[in-house]
Amino acid sequence: MSKESAELELQVRNVTVGYPNGNIALRDATFHLSAGCICALVGINGSGKSTLFKAVMGFVRPIRGEVLISGQPVKTALKRNQVAYVPQSEEVDWSFPVSVWDVVLMGRYGYMNFLRISRAEDRRIAAESLSRVGMLEFRERQIGELSGGQRKRVFLARALAQRSRVILLDEPFTGVDVKTEGTIIELLRELRAAGHIILVSTHNLGSVPEFCDQVVLVNRTVLAFGPTVEIFTEANLARAFGGTLRHFRFDESTVQKHDGRSVTVLTDEERPLVFGKGGHLEYGQRAGRESVVEQRAEPEDGP
Amino acid sequence: MESLLEPFQYPFMIRAMIVGIAIGAVCAVLSCFLVLKGWSLMGDAISHAVLPGIVGAYALQIPLAIGAIASGLFCALATGYIKAHSRVKEDTVMGVVFTGLFAFGLVLFTKVKSDLHLDHILFGNILGLDPTDLRDTLVVGGLSLAVILLLRRDLLLFCFDPGHAQTLGLRTDFLYYLLLSLLAVTIVVSLKAVGIILVVAMLVTPGCIAYLLTDRFNRMLWIATGSAVFSSFFGVYLSFLINAATSSCIVLTQALIFLAALAFAPRHGLLRRRKGLGAEPASIPDSGS
Repeated sequence: MSKESAELELQVRNVTVGYPNGNIALRDATFHLSAGCICALVGINGSGKSTLFKAVMGFVRPIRGEVLISGQPVKTALKRNQVAYVPQSEEVDWSFPVSVWDVVLMGRYGYMNFLRISRAEDRRIAAESLSRVGMLEFRERQIGELSGGQRKRVFLARALAQRSRVILLDEPFTGVDVKTEGTIIELLRELRAAGHIILVSTHNLGSVPEFCDQVVLVNRTVLAFGPTVEIFTEANLARAFGGTLRHFRFDESTVQKHDGRSVTVLTDEERPLVFGKGGHLEYGQRAGRESVVEQRAEPEDGP
Repeated sequence: MESLLEPFQYPFMIRAMIVGIAIGAVCAVLSCFLVLKGWSLMGDAISHAVLPGIVGAYALQIPLAIGAIASGLFCALATGYIKAHSRVKEDTVMGVVFTGLFAFGLVLFTKVKSDLHLDHILFGNILGLDPTDLRDTLVVGGLSLAVILLLRRDLLLFCFDPGHAQTLGLRTDFLYYLLLSLLAVTIVVSLKAVGIILVVAMLVTPGCIAYLLTDRFNRMLWIATGSAVFSSFFGVYLSFLINAATSSCIVLTQALIFLAALAFAPRHGLLRRRKGLGAEPASIPDSGS
């Protein structure tokens, strides 16, 4: 395992993807990742982020360029069970008549013969994967009878059961409670330590610096890629998100005592809700709210 | 008592029951996949679209099943192609394509001299089957049933999560065409007995009944098959007693079972839901893990 993982790498070279209607979804996308990393794929909806994701999984064939996993084409890598995929919650039909156990066993299909009859080894690994995400006791539940966080953990267990070295997660934190988010991040860190490549597609910007060491910024192409600290700059994000990024500048807001230095909160799609020290609402623009500022000036400054 | 057992004295009634049950079982198993894949309209489309293929195959003296598969696949491919290259939505495209093919089949039918009866193609002729029909139905129906059951786990995964199937290196395009071909073959098998209009019901209703009654796929297969087999037996029997069209009686029985399941299903039935005890997904909280 450790000898193999030393060679593990994901290379995306000049990938261009077009659709039958003539639209080019992605042009000349290039980045590479090596073993033992958690990488965020960041971009707005329609930026080609999910197209890039699909190209890495071999779902769409690029017009130009190639995706290589440890030097092999994606197709070969898939046959060797090297890629696992945790779908977005919205993509799954939760009323489908399958149990938690059925879903996790599906992760073992690649190791079974064409009749997909599980062997003792498959069942052992499936049970082990389920208990690793703390879901073993729910194995007989139909998947719709689970909470959002539990659902996500089941699909994570399926990816674990698949024993893949490249794991892709599509928006893993939507509809997930804070506790499960922590559990997932903890698990991803363990997988990184074991030498896996983890690629997370997300527009949850705030979570990226928390657990991703690499970032790929996407807007119709790969704008930038590399370590999070270098790539996650305000200028780069502005390029990736254009005008759609929401700003909350403390020096322009009704927040007082921000000590004069400029602090900016960036979010995608949603505006942040900010509360002040006294538990009162803060507004993004000071202009027009002078009375609020005045009103609060006294008690906050007082002893 | 005598008159209640009377239907069993006629060989044509026995044949009708055997063929009805065989077709019912194949269609029921397939219907579970169609219902879960959201392909009910596809069943409708393919069943109409096979008509020109059948007439063409008859004219060319080749097996009807081959013609049916060809025009069924053509319908699916044409739909996919037009959808990808235009702004029109898939169900709309499909509606245009299959009715067009059906109309083409009707025109072709009037131009090709044959001893086929349009009535029999459209509505079946289950009481007029001869022993050769019986044998053909059992052999071809048995084959497609075997293929579906052997590959059921792959087909189920294809319906549930095609993305995961693809990351496992499974040929999802192969599974797609396999399911379409199975659909076309099953329709041809059912043709002589129930016709291409009513086969749509047999390809949807049993799976729908089972989906209301259970949350596990294996049980779903059994329930669908059981209700379809009972409907075929009871429908043929009933049609004799009340002297009504046989295939209609089969489909009507299925529809009544569906209504009963809709009302009384233990978890997903209307009555259960009204009491507020229905299993709405996602309502169950995390219980300490």
